[in-house]
Amino acid sequence: MIKAILVFNNHGKPRLSKFYQYFNEDMQQQIIKETFQLVSKRDDNVCNFLEGGSLIGGSDYKLIYRHYATLYFVFCVDSSESELGILDLIQVFVETLDKCFENVCELDLIFHADAVHHILAELVMGGMVLQTNMSDILARIEEQNKLVKQEAGISAASARAVSAVKSLNIQQQIKDIKLPDLPQAIKDLKF
Amino acid sequence: MALKKVKGNFERIFDKNLTDLVRGIRNNKDNEAKYIAQCIEEIKLELRQDNMNVKCNAVAKLTYIQMIGYDISWAGFNIIEVMSSSRFTCKRIGYLAASQSFHADSELLMLMTNMIRKDLNSQNQYDAGVALSGLSCFISADLSRDLANDIMTLMSSTKPYLRMKAVLMMYKVFLRYPEALRPAFPKLKEKLENPDPGVQSAAVNVICELARKNPKNYLSLAPIFFKLMTTSSNNWMLIKIIKLFGALTPLEPRLGKKLIEPLTNLIHSTSAMSLLYECINTVIAVLISISSGMPNHSASIQLCVQKLRILIEDSDQNLKYLGLLAMSKILKTHPKSVQTHKDLILACLDDKDESIRLRSLDLLYGMVSKKNLMEIVKRLLGHMERAEGSNYRDELLFKVIEICSQSSYAHVTNFEWYLTVLTELIQLEAGTKHGCLIAAQLLDVAIRVPTVRQFAVTEMINLLDCFSISSQSNSMYEVLYAAAFIIGEFSGESEADGYRSIDILLRQMEVPGHIKSVFIQNAVKLFARLSTACLEKEDDRGLVRLCNNILPKLQDFASSEDIEVQERANSAAILVDLLQTQFNDTILNSNHTSNDILGDIEISDPLKENQQKSKFPQIAIEIIQEIALLFDGELLPVAPKAQRKVPIPEGLDLDEWINPPPEDEEKDSESSESDHDKEQLFVKENSHSNEFKRRKSEELPPEEIAKRKEARRLEQMHNPHYIKATENHNSTNKSEYTNVDNIPIAELALDIPIEIQTARRSDDYLLSQQSRSSKLETKPKHKKTKKSKKSKHRIEYHSSESEDEPKPIHIVNTTLDLPEGAEITDNDDSDGKFDPDDPHRALNIELEIPSTTDDKNLNGKVKNHVSKVIEENILSLNNEDSKKSSSKSKEKKKKSKDKHREKEHKSKKSKSEDKSRPTELDLLGISPPKSSKTDVEKDSSTKHKKSKKEKHHRKEKTKASEYEEALGISTPSKEML
Repeated sequence: MIKAILVFNNHGKPRLSKFYQYFNEDMQQQIIKETFQLVSKRDDNVCNFLEGGSLIGGSDYKLIYRHYATLYFVFCVDSSESELGILDLIQVFVETLDKCFENVCELDLIFHADAVHHILAELVMGGMVLQTNMSDILARIEEQNKLVKQEAGISAASARAVSAVKSLNIQQQIKDIKLPDLPQAIKDLKF
Repeated sequence: MALKKVKGNFERIFDKNLTDLVRGIRNNKDNEAKYIAQCIEEIKLELRQDNMNVKCNAVAKLTYIQMIGYDISWAGFNIIEVMSSSRFTCKRIGYLAASQSFHADSELLMLMTNMIRKDLNSQNQYDAGVALSGLSCFISADLSRDLANDIMTLMSSTKPYLRMKAVLMMYKVFLRYPEALRPAFPKLKEKLENPDPGVQSAAVNVICELARKNPKNYLSLAPIFFKLMTTSSNNWMLIKIIKLFGALTPLEPRLGKKLIEPLTNLIHSTSAMSLLYECINTVIAVLISISSGMPNHSASIQLCVQKLRILIEDSDQNLKYLGLLAMSKILKTHPKSVQTHKDLILACLDDKDESIRLRSLDLLYGMVSKKNLMEIVKRLLGHMERAEGSNYRDELLFKVIEICSQSSYAHVTNFEWYLTVLTELIQLEAGTKHGCLIAAQLLDVAIRVPTVRQFAVTEMINLLDCFSISSQSNSMYEVLYAAAFIIGEFSGESEADGYRSIDILLRQMEVPGHIKSVFIQNAVKLFARLSTACLEKEDDRGLVRLCNNILPKLQDFASSEDIEVQERANSAAILVDLLQTQFNDTILNSNHTSNDILGDIEISDPLKENQQKSKFPQIAIEIIQEIALLFDGELLPVAPKAQRKVPIPEGLDLDEWINPPPEDEEKDSESSESDHDKEQLFVKENSHSNEFKRRKSEELPPEEIAKRKEARRLEQMHNPHYIKATENHNSTNKSEYTNVDNIPIAELALDIPIEIQTARRSDDYLLSQQSRSSKLETKPKHKKTKKSKKSKHRIEYHSSESEDEPKPIHIVNTTLDLPEGAEITDNDDSDGKFDPDDPHRALNIELEIPSTTDDKNLNGKVKNHVSKVIEENILSLNNEDSKKSSSKSKEKKKKSKDKHREKEHKSKKSKSEDKSRPTELDLLGISPPKSSKTDVEKDSSTKHKKSKKEKHHRKEKTKASEYEEALGISTPSKEML
């Protein structure tokens, strides 16, 4: 069984927390904090298993984690799960995110925490592994997104327009327009 | 009206959505709490709107806020509202919020039963899917009971997606509502052979979880799993199945024998490391469960160890970690095969990864020998000095002691070395929690190794002398108790030591009371020994000096705040005082016979004349002898469980009342209490003190406290014994040192360079051992040159043997005080710990017993292997129902046959004791002598064939057995014959 799945960044800010056993909010934050402290002090070239973590579980539980760029993906599992299997599962999870968000980065997780939850729900259900085949997972997610789009239809058009206006940060966009570096361009001209 | 609604909608368009909220929080990093409070207010307003989209948006925001640690349970009703929306988008948001914030004890769950049922039965498979996902996080016992049937129906849905989810969901239902397991089990079992790999995998997953806690109920599924294992290529499922077999083999060794071959094949063929690792693990479990006698037993061990070596040597730290983990399992049963990889494991001790170091520490105890113990301990001590994190240091310390002390210090050759190591561990001054452990070791070594005692005493005196008090606010204090005991008990061989240790023991030291009292006790012990020595040497001056020395120190402790210290110090002081006055009397030349109490004895004492010559008064001699008697005799180590083994003397009835109990109304409660006491009599002290603990401490009103404080201050002021704090003094002190730079620094002219000892003292022992062994090594070399090649080989072997085992310098006394017939290894705590709250205990259900409802599901295929007793129980429960249910004539026939068979069983089973096991086995299709239906069976020895033949003979005789043959079931009774 998986007891909890946590995603937090290099500073310990939670990006996703899913507990399959009830803890109140304060306890959840404490667990995230403690897990972050345990995981963050480890080098990148050490093994991905960690015993302990007094708050969650006991001797039967292990923390299995992977570190990608700015994010830690931590699974807390008991002895009925295969350690290497869970490592693979984390990989599947991240690859699925990557497919869904097209080059996933921390910002995607920050602004679409709900979407990440929905994706996770296709991998793990109630602490048990549901599906590990990525193409199946993607197909399920795609179908559900289609459903949402259908429902939104015209009624959501106005809301979309507003959010589009809101996100229209003109100044930033002007900055972002990339003009070719002029001297470089001149150099590149071949006579 | 309509206009108003439109207007409201329009305003709402400018509400914050989730993205705005996240962005806002990021922009308000400095006053996040305030910003979120403001947002929550907005959300509350939004939740009051009629528009479902607005509510939905609000709940989505709440879910985010919950993640960063805010309680959102106040919005429970609104969440349920959103969940009940007919639109999938809203429903999904609602269920997500519910899964994050609801839990099994939420009262709101009662409101949801019908809504969830509607969703489960929805036409849209994703509605049901979302409901199942959400439900899996917060399902309660009530919901499980009410929805079990709906979920069961979903298990046979036409959509594989729902089947898969429903199967997993059933596990959660079982946990909350164990009664659902029996009716659902046949369906679950059926799903193991579902064509959809997802469903199949889910079913395997659920059964693995169930079987992990109650493996024996699932032994009968072994053939199905075996088939799956040999045919499936889904690694995920294979891993689960192999893990399951690992849990089943300890219950059934014959299953293990079957497994070895396919597992070894998998080990050879698979390229997936995860699968390989699980295979190795299960092979290890199999090898542990079956006793030796397997032909290819050692071969598979070798294979495992070899594969594990590859894992450990891998550059991937994860594989290294897992390899070590599995090695430790092999070590327990096959230490020899692991020891061949000693080099590898020792190398892991220096790994940069703490997890890996910890794992290799676990293996260490199997790696040490007399030869390398000192070196390994040296390395561990080195690690301890460098290690950061008290947890790891504690672990190291524990391991050092564990490997040294294992099997009565089998590997320790030099106990002076070991004591030095122990003192070094104390001086390492880690914030360690193992003070008691070190203390126990010190005592154990000192008591059991008599030759090392003198050394121990000197070590302990030095330890006490330089034990730094300030920084040691941890359990290391406990070692002082051991040190004091060793000094008191074993010192005194040399007098100078004795005087010095009394001084140290009675020094004013800031230690806890219980240790201080041990100090005093041992000082008295020493005093007794020293005074006896004085008596023998007729050194009365020495004795008087001793008394004069010790008495004021003891009197100092009489005013200690610890009551135990006070009492011991007082009684000791009186003893010494008594002795001292005798000498004062002789010095004053007054007649000691004036002492009325002992006068008669002295007069009648024939030795009186003799003693009179010496300068010792008779009473003093007697006092000294009496004191010495107090501490006479040697203490032997007592086994920890010795007390329990003391037999109850004949004629003593512990159940008998000494005084008949007074008859009153509370008779019942009292008698049960006394029963409880009886059980504990020889185990532990009674914990009657609970009553006192429960007494509440009085809380005084603040005025009263102030009043008392004032009174105390006044009293202290007038009391001449209190040293009052002079405030002026303090202030001058402060001003003197505020300017640190102004403090004059005196140059120290040192002609001799300060010697810095980097090497630890214990290393000296290692060096000396090495030099000794190197001498040994050189000797055989000369011999070798003389011998021929053949014999050379042999001698090399011999010499290496002898080098391996350095001669022990000290011998351990392994005899322990034990009553007759008791053994040290006696394990009284056979009942292991179990968690009373574990939901799996309720799931311990014998699934092969057909209940009335199952009868239909199983098409009346009644399995009769269950032992008679259980069956009777069930029958008595279901008797009437079963009679009704078996209305068809065919079934009646079967029933009658069953009954016939039952009778047979009854008579035959009564002969043999354990029959439920072999029967179950036959059903598994594992044991060779069976009518085979499964393709598991491959090997059958001649012996088995014989029994099979015999069986056939008998089967011709009875109809019942024919029936069994048809069903593929063989009864145990046949096998017993």
